[in-house]
Amino acid sequence: MTHALCALVAICHREFLRFLGQKGRLVSALVRPLVWLLVFAAGFRAALGLSITPPYQTYIPYETYIVPGLVGMVVLFNGMQTSLSLVADREVGTMRLLLSAPLPRWWLLLCKLTAGALIGTLQAYAFLMIAALFGIGFAPLAYLAALPAILAAALMLGALGLALSSTIHQMENFAGVMNFVIFPMFFLSTALYPLWKMAESAQILHALCAANPFSHAIETIRFALYLQANAGAGAVVLVSFVVFFALALWGYDPARGLIRRKS
Amino acid sequence: MWRLSALLLISLPLSLQAGEIWITNEKDDTISVIDTDTLEVTRTIATGERPRGITFSKDFTRAYVCASDSDAVQVIDVQSGDILNDLPSGEDPEQFVLHPDDRHLWIANEDDAIATVVDVQTHKVVAQINVGIEPEGMAVSPDGKTVVSTSETTSMAHWIDTESHEIYANSLVDARPRHAVFTSDGAQLWVSSEIGGTVSVFDTADQSLITKIRFEITGVHPDLIQPVGFEFTADGTRAFVALGPANHIAVVDTATFEVTDYLLVGRRVWHMAFSPDHSKLFTTNGVSGDVTVIDVATLTPIKSIKTGRYPWGAAMRP
Repeated sequence: MTHALCALVAICHREFLRFLGQKGRLVSALVRPLVWLLVFAAGFRAALGLSITPPYQTYIPYETYIVPGLVGMVVLFNGMQTSLSLVADREVGTMRLLLSAPLPRWWLLLCKLTAGALIGTLQAYAFLMIAALFGIGFAPLAYLAALPAILAAALMLGALGLALSSTIHQMENFAGVMNFVIFPMFFLSTALYPLWKMAESAQILHALCAANPFSHAIETIRFALYLQANAGAGAVVLVSFVVFFALALWGYDPARGLIRRKS
Repeated sequence: MWRLSALLLISLPLSLQAGEIWITNEKDDTISVIDTDTLEVTRTIATGERPRGITFSKDFTRAYVCASDSDAVQVIDVQSGDILNDLPSGEDPEQFVLHPDDRHLWIANEDDAIATVVDVQTHKVVAQINVGIEPEGMAVSPDGKTVVSTSETTSMAHWIDTESHEIYANSLVDARPRHAVFTSDGAQLWVSSEIGGTVSVFDTADQSLITKIRFEITGVHPDLIQPVGFEFTADGTRAFVALGPANHIAVVDTATFEVTDYLLVGRRVWHMAFSPDHSKLFTTNGVSGDVTVIDVATLTPIKSIKTGRYPWGAAMRP
């Protein structure tokens, strides 16, 4: 047991060291959502107010709406970036070293996932603090209430990244992930627009948005930031996490998974 | 000890009794009654056609409602919600004001360019005064000596002596004045101009213009800024001005006449009313069909409550 915890601490420690070593990563993790908040949201400001959708109880400007979605964006990019680092790890051989540790593989991958999720959560809070400086703050208790929601979202997206990383063999393929995973996931979600707005344009888009687990992750965070629970969305996030993690385990299983093809 | 219990006896009913905000719904011909504590609609009362202006008698047992398209001012029993009787109001009454004597209603008859004075006890018209075209806003000075009527098309505020029923002064304001209120000390008269986009502040003593308050919201076209209803806080330090289709309430410092904040509310905000303790402000949003509740201390809109269609007037009952 202590051995397992030791591995968790060691992997988290390494992940943090790596994160601290990549100064540009934190900067870009914060600049990206801030560009959306301060530039994109300014263009769609909706000075006359957006229609009321739960959990909001009254009219809000667009920049207030977009903040939970951008928190989701921070953990989404971080999840995918962690998976990118796994590809790099595999290329330089540290992955083999990690997986050969005398611990169950699922535990090692979960440790890796937890480490990435913690970093993603930290980035999300850094973004929330900056957003508060720009006048989009929440109740003090809301920041605490959002913690499990953000962490769950980070774990779910990290697990997705992990599952994807088992199929990617070269760093260069990451552009594909960007095109076919990150962008569709982000734009086909409730991050930038409420669901009813999608229903106005096309039912198929509305259905995709409603089914997207990333939408549910954002809605869980959004409700938590207004001190409300969205149990349905939360459940979808947890179930998606289990499914993605199971896929990742299958992908990293040397006997059956996709990793086999490489070796 | 008995003092303490007496104090408890006095304060208990006060703290338990929640106030009410009565909202007239122009299109539904109803009044929505909102509880100021639970922020929910507790009752819906049927009225005549197109109810707009609303006010209460001094003892809050009766509500007076301008039923514009029924050409009547209706008297409603606040407990039962029953219409007790109609008052002869002249044609198309839109806004009115109850004189401090609790007996005379001064009513603006939009279509007839007339202000009608009605005695609520005898149900008789006491006087009709010719004013400008399309009168709407009505204000009475705290001492009851002056009533001001604003006429939308003439763009004037008419100062009427309540004894002689004669106009003794006219003040030109910006286009389409719709609402007028005296400050609680009676020293100033504020008049909002819907098309002009301003609020004019007059010195009551000599009817001279003190200043004009202008509004500007980033991202909102100036044409949409159409001030209509406004209210003063109990201490008189701040005024809240409804900006119509700009969907915002402006917060004005009454000492400097500077706008200190703009608060986002529902679509096309008309009028507003405070909760009994003045901690909350309720705004009627005509187009979105709801009432936004603003926390006065923090100047934050906290909730929007669905009412009937096209909520217009608002009045508080403790």
